[in-house]
Amino acid sequence: MTFSDYLFLFGGMGLVTYLPRTLPLLYLAHKQLPQWLIEWLSLIPVAVLSALLAPSLFTDVAERSFSLGKLEFIVAIPTLLFALKTRSLGGTVLVGMLLYWLVGFII
Amino acid sequence: MKSRDYSKEIFPSSRKKTFQDGATAAWPICLGYIPIGLALGVLAQQTGLPWWAVAMMSVLVFAGSAQFICVAMLAVGSSLPAIIFTTLVVNLRHTLMSSALAVYLPGVSRRFLALFAYGITDESFAVNMTRFRNEDWDRWRALTLNHIANFVWIFATITGVLVGQLVPQGAFGIDYALTGMFICLLVFQLQGRIYIITGLLAALISVCWFLLIPGDSYIVGASICAATLGYFLQRYHRREK
Repeated sequence: MTFSDYLFLFGGMGLVTYLPRTLPLLYLAHKQLPQWLIEWLSLIPVAVLSALLAPSLFTDVAERSFSLGKLEFIVAIPTLLFALKTRSLGGTVLVGMLLYWLVGFII
Repeated sequence: MKSRDYSKEIFPSSRKKTFQDGATAAWPICLGYIPIGLALGVLAQQTGLPWWAVAMMSVLVFAGSAQFICVAMLAVGSSLPAIIFTTLVVNLRHTLMSSALAVYLPGVSRRFLALFAYGITDESFAVNMTRFRNEDWDRWRALTLNHIANFVWIFATITGVLVGQLVPQGAFGIDYALTGMFICLLVFQLQGRIYIITGLLAALISVCWFLLIPGDSYIVGASICAATLGYFLQRYHRREK
C-alpha cells in the first residue's frame, strides 16, 4: 500500500474512533443532566468493566464456547482478593501478572 | 456563556504536582500497554506494515482493539472501507464512556473536551472515573493521564515493529496485565450493593451475549442491559421503602 492508502485508511479509522468519543462529551457536558440519567450513567463503569472482563474469564475466546476453570479465571480469584484487601492498582497488576506467569508453569 | 470557575484552574506552581499525579495514576495503564503495543507492532511488521504506518495508525486511531482488528483484516486482504466500518462498530462502546465522563466535566470549554476525548480508551476511562468519583481528581490530571498513556502506546507499537521479535512470548505474565487492571478497577467501582448486583448482571449477560451473538456487540449490549436493570432495581427498592 502507498502512503496515501495508509493515510486514507487511518484517517477514516481515526474519524470513526474520535467521533463516538467526542460527540457525547461535547453535547452532554453543556447540559443540565436529569437525575435519572446521572444515576444510570453511574452504573455504566461497573457494567462496562464487568462486560469486558467476564467473557475472557469464563469462555474460550477463540472458539466462543463456555469454559470454566480457565487459567485466567483461577488467577483472577487471588488477584481479586488482593485488590479487595490492598486497593492498590499497580500492586494488583503486578500480583496478577506474577501469579499468571507462575501458575502457567505449574498447569 | 457560563463564567469560568477560576478556583479549579491550574496555577504554575502546581503544574508539576498535576503532572506527577497524572503520571502516577497512568503507570498501571502503561504497564499493560507496553506488552500489547509490542505485540501489535510485531504483528503489523509480519503483515508488512512499515514502522511509519504503525506510527501514523497509533497517532490517528489510538484504539488498541481496533488496531489489532485492522492489522488482522489487512493480513487477509480486506477492503479499506470494510476495515473503517468495523472500527466504527468496535469503538461505538466509547459513546457510553464519553457520556459517563460528561457528568464530571460540566461546562468545561469545548476546546478542552475535544482534546480530552481523543484519549478516552477503556483503560483511561476506568482509571479516570474511579479517581473522579473519589474526588481527588481534576480534568488536568485526567488529561495528563490520557496523554501519557497515548505517548506510551505510540512508543510501544513502534518499538514492537522495530525490535518486537526479540521479546519472548508471554514473558513475566505480561499477557495478564490488563486483566489484572480491570479486576482492580472493578473492585474500586463496587461502592454498594447495587453496584455488585449490576456487575454480576453484566458478567452474566455479557458471557451469554458473547456465546450467542458473533462480533463485539456484547460489550455495549451487556453494559446497557445491566445498567438499566440495575437502575430499575434501585428505583423499585427505593419505592418499597
